[in-house]
Amino acid sequence: MASEALPLSWRRIPERYCLIGNSCENCKTNFFPTRKICPNCRRRGKLADKTYSGKGKVYSYSLVNVVPQGFELDAPYVLAIIELEEGPRVTAQIVDCGEKDVKIGSLVKMVFRKIKEDGDEGVIHYGFKFGLVK
Amino acid sequence: MVGIIGYGAYIPKYRIKMEEIAAVWGEEAQRIKKGLGIEEKAVPGTDEDSATMAVEAGRIALARAEIDSKKIGACYVGSESHPYAVKPTATIVAEALACGNDTMSADFEFACKAGTSAMQCCMGLVKSNMIKYALAIGSDTAQGRPGDALEYSAAAGAGAYIIGNEKGEILAEIEETVSFSSDTPDFWRRQHAEFPQHGGRFTGLPAYFKHVMGAAQALFEKTGTFARDYDYFVFHQPNGKFPREVAKMLGIEEKKLSPGLVCSRIGNTYSGASLIGLARVLDDAKPGEKIFVASFGSGAGSDAFSINVTDNIVERRKEGMTVEEFIAEKEYLTYGQYVKHRRKLKSL
Repeated sequence: MASEALPLSWRRIPERYCLIGNSCENCKTNFFPTRKICPNCRRRGKLADKTYSGKGKVYSYSLVNVVPQGFELDAPYVLAIIELEEGPRVTAQIVDCGEKDVKIGSLVKMVFRKIKEDGDEGVIHYGFKFGLVK
Repeated sequence: MVGIIGYGAYIPKYRIKMEEIAAVWGEEAQRIKKGLGIEEKAVPGTDEDSATMAVEAGRIALARAEIDSKKIGACYVGSESHPYAVKPTATIVAEALACGNDTMSADFEFACKAGTSAMQCCMGLVKSNMIKYALAIGSDTAQGRPGDALEYSAAAGAGAYIIGNEKGEILAEIEETVSFSSDTPDFWRRQHAEFPQHGGRFTGLPAYFKHVMGAAQALFEKTGTFARDYDYFVFHQPNGKFPREVAKMLGIEEKKLSPGLVCSRIGNTYSGASLIGLARVLDDAKPGEKIFVASFGSGAGSDAFSINVTDNIVERRKEGMTVEEFIAEKEYLTYGQYVKHRRKLKSL
């Protein structure tokens, strides 16, 4: 099975575990994942880390039946674009639900799950997914 | 003064009924349900393990403690199903809870009592003022060999407790704790073995009952209390029968036992069991009430705690899902789906 490069996965731990993105203190735009430079303010921009609340709503979604390698046990699953309450949109799985349970606009919150395992003996990659708020 | 300033439980959504398992192995479901005192058990999602459940329980505990997670000086996770054989679960959990790098982290292992062992260590560190807050978690996705008696009870769940020593923050004071342990091989899993083995009836009298009763008596002696002084009793609950028998030995009425006895509805959550039972009691307990907790871990030992609920509990427990809410939210699996969830087929 294709495994994710360790340093890459490790660098993304703050983003994947705690939803840490950044925000431009100049134009107040929020980014997720982090940006190296603010596209609005360019050199005048001042980026600072921002931890997102993990609350949001479903912007759009799809049921994935034919899944990529490493996601076979989760199939079929709902993959959604989530609009965080602070603005940015993220793509993530919605857990513990079927296609019928999800609507555009459904309220969701971040949950911590296994994303993928590098086979039986490799590293386990953890991170955010989303769960429906009842 | 040392005590709990935040607590949280997590129970995965999926359940399997005893009937479903019994039908596969040609057993009588009624006989098993009566024998074990379990109706159904909690099964983790395909993307859940002891680390993810520990994080979920920890997040609720943090929300209730209303503290900055950076101030947590120790993160200890007890489990018999750590995702890695070598590589700590605790660092995954501490990172996901944003505890910062100056955190003492370690994994604990002592069959079903690893979580309460972690709690005792946290108490020591906080009481001695080495750190301000400490987080102890018990989390398990327990496995039973297909067809074995354990398959009917081995379940999944987690309980998290943040320990502090400031009176104004403590929602339940831990007045005293004791342990009772001995080398008793009642249940074990050897290195590289996939499923645990157990001594059948040997897990009863010389193991569970001897150690739980030993810890209970030692706690009563140390605190000068009697069973009648407590309003609730929480015991390790490998099945519905053992805690009831212990209660009978100690002369405890059903109404003091049943609030903390959840295994009939979720199964044996191993390291999570007594901690989820305690969380269930804390969800309803009134200020001034007294709680007795005794965990049990095979191999064997029992940790007993005497806990006094304070006025702070009323405000603190408003955040996060209660144990009853977790139990109520469920989806049943067939045995086939359960095999997939628990990866019981070699090719999974």
